[in-house]
Amino acid sequence: MPDRTKTYDVLVAGGGNAALCAAITARQAGASVLLVESAPKAFRGGNSRHTRNLRAMHDVPNEVLTDAYKEDEYWDDLLRVTGGQTDESLARMTIRASSGLFGWMRDAGVRFQPSLTGTLNLGRTNAFFLGGGKALVNAYYLTAEKLGVEILYDTEVVSMNMDDGSVRSIDITYKGFPETVHARCVVASSGGFQANLDWMREYWGDAVDNFVIRGTPYNKGRVLKNLLSQGVAAIGDPTQCHAVALDARAPKFDGGITTRLDSVPFSVVVNRNGDRFYDEGEDVWPKRYAIWGRLIAQQPGQIAYSICDSKAFPLFMPSVFPAIKANTLEELAVKMKLDPTKVRETIDGFNKAVKPGQVFDNLKLDGNATAGLTPNKTNWARAVDKPPFYGYPLRPGITFTYLSVKVNDKAQVLMDNGQPSGNLFASGEIMSGNILGKGYLAGFGMTIGTVFGRIAGQEAARRARN
Amino acid sequence: MQETDAVKNARREMEICNACRYCEGFCAVFPAVELRREFSAGDLSYLANLCHGCRGCYYACQYSPPHEWGINVPRTLAEVRAESYAEYAWPKPLATVFERNGTLVSLVAALGIAVVLILSMLLNSPGNFFGAHGTVPDSFYEVIPLWAMQIVGIATFGYSLVALWMGARNFWRDAGPRDKVGPTAMAIALWDVLTLKNLGGGGNGCNDNSEAFSMRRRYLHHAMFYGFMLCFAATTVGFIYHAFLGWPAPYPFISAPVLLGTVGGILLLVGTVGLFAMKFVDDPMPNVRRLLGGDIALLMLLAMIALTGLVLLAVRATGAMGLAMAIHLGFILAFFLVLPYSKMVHGVYRSAALLRRAVERKMKPLGGE
Repeated sequence: MPDRTKTYDVLVAGGGNAALCAAITARQAGASVLLVESAPKAFRGGNSRHTRNLRAMHDVPNEVLTDAYKEDEYWDDLLRVTGGQTDESLARMTIRASSGLFGWMRDAGVRFQPSLTGTLNLGRTNAFFLGGGKALVNAYYLTAEKLGVEILYDTEVVSMNMDDGSVRSIDITYKGFPETVHARCVVASSGGFQANLDWMREYWGDAVDNFVIRGTPYNKGRVLKNLLSQGVAAIGDPTQCHAVALDARAPKFDGGITTRLDSVPFSVVVNRNGDRFYDEGEDVWPKRYAIWGRLIAQQPGQIAYSICDSKAFPLFMPSVFPAIKANTLEELAVKMKLDPTKVRETIDGFNKAVKPGQVFDNLKLDGNATAGLTPNKTNWARAVDKPPFYGYPLRPGITFTYLSVKVNDKAQVLMDNGQPSGNLFASGEIMSGNILGKGYLAGFGMTIGTVFGRIAGQEAARRARN
Repeated sequence: MQETDAVKNARREMEICNACRYCEGFCAVFPAVELRREFSAGDLSYLANLCHGCRGCYYACQYSPPHEWGINVPRTLAEVRAESYAEYAWPKPLATVFERNGTLVSLVAALGIAVVLILSMLLNSPGNFFGAHGTVPDSFYEVIPLWAMQIVGIATFGYSLVALWMGARNFWRDAGPRDKVGPTAMAIALWDVLTLKNLGGGGNGCNDNSEAFSMRRRYLHHAMFYGFMLCFAATTVGFIYHAFLGWPAPYPFISAPVLLGTVGGILLLVGTVGLFAMKFVDDPMPNVRRLLGGDIALLMLLAMIALTGLVLLAVRATGAMGLAMAIHLGFILAFFLVLPYSKMVHGVYRSAALLRRAVERKMKPLGGE
């Protein structure tokens, strides 16, 4: 039960990675902390439940990361995916801070997998949580409970009542009943608004009906909307988000990792009309997977089809849904409700355009390309000719939206007049748009959440205790 | 392995796991899953027997209930595992004994004591049965003759070994490796068996009743396993003393058989009682309630063997020796009889599954990171 008579030092809105990092850090600094999670206990943790790793800078190899991944390379990667739509000072601060997180995370119970090696080469840049994001969330909740953080599940922040740039009280619904609680400082870590389809529809129209929301259905953006309506400065394009290519058969919400498809680089991808629309082999998949959601969102009916033959089939991770399989391309097209003549034409054209090339190598940019097509496939291009043929329907899968509250390097939320709020901080997806204007880097959401969660917790505790 | 509902559900879950792979650091099951795209019933039996039931994956799973996909790998594989015990049982008509295994093991235990008690009382005058025989050589055999112990022991234990062997052969044909078993694979599998490496959630321990990790189950199983082995060693040393060196039992307290048996008995008792107690606090979700009876009956049978063995040691010079020995041997007789028809078979199939995993260790995962 929330204590109405008490003024907490710090109230944290949200229950995912960023919220937990803020709550634990604030509690460790001596503050009394109330964490308010809208999901029931079984679905706690927001989108963090579906994550797997965190991108971390490091100058030398350690137990969980191979080789080195230095600040400038990290920054270059970010610059490339965002097309410059980022804040260099906040981004570099985040990158630098990412190298010093492991000790704190370990102490808070997080366990890592030994460094991975594999086709996606993420073992160099990303530290993998043993058991994935839910295991990390579980560890943080255990630690938070042990430290004495008060945790409310099934409890949603309805309104942060602001006056003169500060939050004076917080309206919540506790298991469906309205309550008002008080806190000296507040950390907003309640995620984006991607699960609020009505809000999404304002920008995307009915295309939203063809989107899949990969993560938690509880990220309704209620706190975000509430803050933006009270003079908090916004940042970020509301149509920008982390969007990947998913198996079209995924559930509308909460399908998580298993619905993604890594087949694109080794396939020919066509839209509903049977036409190719983008270079499938532009770069290695970890650097391209996050643009394909948007690419598909821009196709008619927001759907695409990945088609490959039996040579390519073993090269990528299977999605959870069985591939559509046929012995001829025409048969495959019919099974996917595509025009068989058109698909045949597209694939024949593609096969003819494949340049006799070098040795095929799925582990690196192998330079096997097509010539004379619009667009060409620039790597891993091989004739699609060895039956059986396999197909997957693809939809845009939204991970999280980038429309955010504006923050400074102390995680303080900024008001429309540019002044920092007196007692409101933010961390995680709700402020990710400060750094991610568009595009995505695998594992960067967890980095932003952890770095800003720690800063927000620290700053909120310090201000509340002074 | 037959295509039962449990097997079909396991296939559904393994296909989801194979598209996720977040749990690959926990144990041998997930790296084994990653080697294939399709799962035959035999493959699923292999995976089910490879699973040690540490439950790390259940708590870490983003799709565990109440998620609509309801993934619960420890429970699902335990279901398949239980069915595999029946599937591979020898002779085949005895497969049904795995259905109500707790009742069976308990009944055999009760009958074992009754038979040994009644027979030994019939064979002895009350004066002999309840008389104090001291610790002179052959004092045990004045109550129950050595030949009787040997014939019954060798016949029942020998039969059980044959039945276990036939079961192992059935497993191997259905769910064993397709490649040659080399000495390195044998060594790796043996190490995995002896250390219970996979009962450790990637080195952190099991989840007993919450998200917190604990080494309790692993250490208790070690106590039980090594206690059991010490008791077995005690019996073997006693046999060598008697048969080859001409030193008949009983032996003084400071002697190899008695010391091995005492330490082994205490460890066995601690392990079995501890594991029994954990059954009360375990989270029921990643478990199969129906299988609890067989588990508990076997744990109790082993605990009673240890306890009665220690009691026999304490009272062996008194008039209670005959009674204590008859009860102890009754439990041992029951154990020999139910050996291939109880949870004890998990040791055989799990070792075989670990051996197959060791054989497959150099295969590359399909696709993926």
